[in-house]
Amino acid sequence: MKKLTLFSFVLMISVASFAQSEKFSAAMKKNLEAMEASFKSPGDLISMANNFERIANAEKNHWLPYYYAAFCQVNAGFMEQDKSKVDGLADKAAALIAKADSLSPKNSEISCIKSMIASCHMMVDPMQRWQEYGQESTSNMEAAMAQDPTNPRPYYLKGQGLKYTPEQFGGGCKTAKPELETAINKYATFKPVSELHPNWGKAQAEMLINECK
Amino acid sequence: MKQLIIIALTLGICTANAQVKISGRITDIKNKPLSGVSISLKNTYDGATSDSGGVYNFTTSEKGAQQLEISITGYNTILQNININTEPIIQNISLKEQITELKAVVISAGSFEASDKNKGAVLSSLDIVTTPSANGDVTSALKSLPGTQQVGESEGLFVRGGTASESKIYMDGNLVNNFFYTSTPGIATRGRFNPFLFKGTVFSTGGYSALYGQALSAALILESTDLPEKTEADLSVTVIGVGGGIQHLAKDKKSSWGVSYNYTNLWLAFNVIKQKQDFFKVPVAHQGDANFRIKTKNGGFLKYYGYLSSNKVGFRSGDIDSISLKNVFVLDNINTYQNLNYKDRMGNGWRINTGISFSTNKDDINNELQDEANKKVTNSSQPLYQFKNFSLANLARYAQARFVLEKKIKGLTAIRFGSDYFYSNEQTTYTVYDGSKFKEKIIDHLYAGFAEADIYLTNNLAAKVGTRAEHSKIINKWNIAPRVSLAYKLADNSQASFAYGIFYQNPERRLLPAATGIDYSKAAHYIFQYTRQTKDFTLRTELFYKKYDDSYKTARGTNGNFLAVNNDGFGEAKGIELFWRDKKTIKNVDYWFSYSYLDTKRDFLNYPKAIQPSFAAKHTAAFVFKRFVLPWKTQFNLSYNFATGRPYYNIAYDSTQGKFNIADQGKTINYNSVSFSVNFLPNIGKKDPRSFAVWVLGINNVLGQSQVYSYNYSSNGARKEAVTPPSKRFVFIGCFLSFGADRTQDAINNNL
Repeated sequence: MKKLTLFSFVLMISVASFAQSEKFSAAMKKNLEAMEASFKSPGDLISMANNFERIANAEKNHWLPYYYAAFCQVNAGFMEQDKSKVDGLADKAAALIAKADSLSPKNSEISCIKSMIASCHMMVDPMQRWQEYGQESTSNMEAAMAQDPTNPRPYYLKGQGLKYTPEQFGGGCKTAKPELETAINKYATFKPVSELHPNWGKAQAEMLINECK
Repeated sequence: MKQLIIIALTLGICTANAQVKISGRITDIKNKPLSGVSISLKNTYDGATSDSGGVYNFTTSEKGAQQLEISITGYNTILQNININTEPIIQNISLKEQITELKAVVISAGSFEASDKNKGAVLSSLDIVTTPSANGDVTSALKSLPGTQQVGESEGLFVRGGTASESKIYMDGNLVNNFFYTSTPGIATRGRFNPFLFKGTVFSTGGYSALYGQALSAALILESTDLPEKTEADLSVTVIGVGGGIQHLAKDKKSSWGVSYNYTNLWLAFNVIKQKQDFFKVPVAHQGDANFRIKTKNGGFLKYYGYLSSNKVGFRSGDIDSISLKNVFVLDNINTYQNLNYKDRMGNGWRINTGISFSTNKDDINNELQDEANKKVTNSSQPLYQFKNFSLANLARYAQARFVLEKKIKGLTAIRFGSDYFYSNEQTTYTVYDGSKFKEKIIDHLYAGFAEADIYLTNNLAAKVGTRAEHSKIINKWNIAPRVSLAYKLADNSQASFAYGIFYQNPERRLLPAATGIDYSKAAHYIFQYTRQTKDFTLRTELFYKKYDDSYKTARGTNGNFLAVNNDGFGEAKGIELFWRDKKTIKNVDYWFSYSYLDTKRDFLNYPKAIQPSFAAKHTAAFVFKRFVLPWKTQFNLSYNFATGRPYYNIAYDSTQGKFNIADQGKTINYNSVSFSVNFLPNIGKKDPRSFAVWVLGINNVLGQSQVYSYNYSSNGARKEAVTPPSKRFVFIGCFLSFGADRTQDAINNNL
């Protein structure tokens, strides 16, 4: 009987924890499915970022929800037309990605977000900020490439950055295309660890390369 | 067992079904809706984000005592205890804005800031270098801002009716005594320091902080750069000299050191561009500097900057008191400056900023009267001519020690206090034509203490209140100088500010030794400012009133030079200034415009009554235009400086009446100068460039307009002569190269 009680107790705990991780996956999946639709306004992205942040704060030991919260937040920064708000959004994204970073150090995906945050700060005033943030963006992009050579996203980000840089500054399709091609080749073979892990950018990379044809 | 699990699961599902709705509205304290606010049930997934009306709602299956966390960047987060039963919950919440640098007003009355980072900056560091009328000189660039005079006959900043000696220059908090090369008669000298040394510049044309003293008019506060971004070597070749330097960044990016050397020789330039004066010794200067910077654990810095230079110049110009004779001026100067600064966080919101500086300046000036064959005239029996043969040896040594402690109280509110000690030792030997020597030694110990508080009541209202007390050995008295600034935000992009302050200053060196019982001279500033600023547009207007009291009156001393005799002088200056900068209206074009109206009358020095000083023009304006043409990798810069004519006087001593009077006076023609420069950056956009080049072509006074700064009078007053620039135009051509880390070694091996 004692054995049975113990057994049932263990079972209950494992059921509970199974239910917990099931709950986490379900919530993440639900939000990931809704994420694409939120790319229509900074407000929707912030709302999405808040959803991920709630999951992150409740769980505390998963880097993924912090990662997605930062991802949505920085994209809200890119989309925001009022330049005076952009630094605040990027700073918030930086605070979120720092938490992800402490849970999963030297993560290529996290370095990608750091690169995006620096670019976001730079976009506020490219002429004045290019030196400081351009360098920060590039060094994080390079770190992302080194941390996981199979990750297509740093190449996509590099290609995207070059595509929108004026030709006179060494950008444009000519320099962007090889990077985007590398990205697309890597997307073809890239397998995310799970369905919750980052797996974005392929369609955008294809769209950009088509514009360069 | 199975049953048990089923029961447990069913129970779970049942509770999950009993959802409770939580909703409400989030506003700020003025009841304006806040969107994008995160509302979350703490430690659960449940929550929502407020919409554009501030409204949120969500459902939860959690029960009992819970906490609702309401947060958004820029506002204080609120934790609200709630109890969830079965009834829907309505929770309206108002959030209080945090006082943050991003949102708070900037206490800005009286000051202009050039910086790449700080909010409220009106210029960037690069603007100082690319303003064509400035020729890369820090202070000249400031002459395109309101408040400054277009004085070209001598160096320094003449601000709001003040003389150049009323403006003081600080580097990392320490006073720089000989910021400019030693004065030469009728020719303005340049600042000694490379503008790339500084990352931030605050130019205060009045009402500045209690941390600075001994300046009646203006303070120029320069902050040196932190660590370089990478190890770099640079090289410059220009029509006026060559230079090179290295900045080495340690591998751990925590420290750096650098050295540089510049050699200036105007032989080529003066051979191509005819100078009014006969430069038999063209200006030649050797200048070297060294620095190190160490970043501390807490993000503070220990910085050292050392500078050493020697320069020589000699020229002849027509003697004003005769037709055929010439006046010859020869200067030999050695200058050193060393500055060690440490600033750091000490925990608990305390910060320390402390520094010491030492500088020396040695001038050997030789003045001669020469005949048409350039032979020294020694046989004249007239004292007027005899006294033109003299030599002057100055040796000055200065030291400063300073500390400032700061404590952050809450948000941006902070108090700071500290102390300053200045030591100066200035020795002069004046040798007249017959070899008799007059020696003088002036030593001063100046102690200062100051305290200041930054008080941020809300993001919209802030005040800076401070007091400075000083004791100078020369005056042997204490002075107490209160300072107050207020700033109020009117709307998102506009604010109004007000500043008031009392400022004291000792007699400048040339007026010493002063008569016994001399007191500090004094000025009171009242400044009202309105600013509207967005990322690419700035409008700034300032109204000011400045009252001078206890100004120094002078009389001739035994050597014939003017010395301070009493504090009976007075004066006032009032005016309105406008600054307009627009980067958005015309694509790729950035322009600014500044205008100053100045109404001033002063009775000081040897003035017989209150008059408009000869360095003060009524209307001054500057226009600067910059356009970057990307396909050509070229930036075009144009500047136009204008000032209405300035008065000039022949103030002569009437020995019968025993006083000075104005023997003659007039007004110069208006000042006009158009300058143009082109910067060509061929490597821009190259992928991973190993080197970076900037080619510069600059032309001053492109149109060759006549410029008269003032008039000199012969000693009998019968003749006057216009003081004009040494040449109509000046053309500068140069190439500045820098090499990144990979090529440093090559650059050193090949070029140095």
